[in-house]
Amino acid sequence: MASTENEVRVSIKSDEDILSARQEGRELGVRLGFGPSELAMIATAISELARNLLLYAKNGSIICWTIEREPKKGIVIQATDEGPGIPNVEAVLKDGYSTSGGLGLGLPGVRRMMDEFAIVSHKGRGTTVTTIKWKS
Amino acid sequence: MQVPILKQGQYLIASVQAALRDADLINLRDSLTEKVGTHRSRGVIVDVTALDVLDSFACRTLSDIATMIRLRGAQTVIVGIQPEVAFSMVQLGLKLEGVATALDLEEGLEYMSRRTKRMDHGQHGK
Repeated sequence: MASTENEVRVSIKSDEDILSARQEGRELGVRLGFGPSELAMIATAISELARNLLLYAKNGSIICWTIEREPKKGIVIQATDEGPGIPNVEAVLKDGYSTSGGLGLGLPGVRRMMDEFAIVSHKGRGTTVTTIKWKS
Repeated sequence: MQVPILKQGQYLIASVQAALRDADLINLRDSLTEKVGTHRSRGVIVDVTALDVLDSFACRTLSDIATMIRLRGAQTVIVGIQPEVAFSMVQLGLKLEGVATALDLEEGLEYMSRRTKRMDHGQHGK
């Protein structure tokens, strides 16, 4: 998948791709002028979302792009897959919930790190998680 | 990217140089658990200064390393967690509870020498 100056697209098929997504997303954040703490949160959020894709949907993509809502600038991070979908979205947003034997911190943690968070899931058709971090 | 493991006296020092894939973290865990026996090491120091992300998988593996090394009869200390990494970890709810940490390699070595000295006097820590 191709990335441009204002958009990053990484398809996630292996743990190697998690690193690429994290690095490319981080670089986009650097270009937007995010500070070290925000960059660490952006990279961590990408990491968790990409890992969810691998765990639950086997593959998917991470897409990051820049967003402007005057006077604010930010980065959108979107994780999308065509996996089985999440039957109970409310439950996965609760701390401690996990079906994979993981730590169950993924999505609630990502929601805490980011400023905006939305999740759309259709059974059998996949899941899209969209998050935004605004530059402070 | 394999993590170099150096033997320094009674300790092993694993110094992470760049971002790690999940498979690299698992390799690190396995080789430390193995080498602590071959070198009869008293402690393991994992230096993560170079890392800009410690996500849930990395934290779980570090925690597993500390537990496995303890079960092998040695100590572990994680050193060099950067301020912004610590901040993200807290946001994510990752506490690395029960795992010893130190500011940097120097403090980590200092911690190790205190811990292992105490063990030599027969006062086992937890």
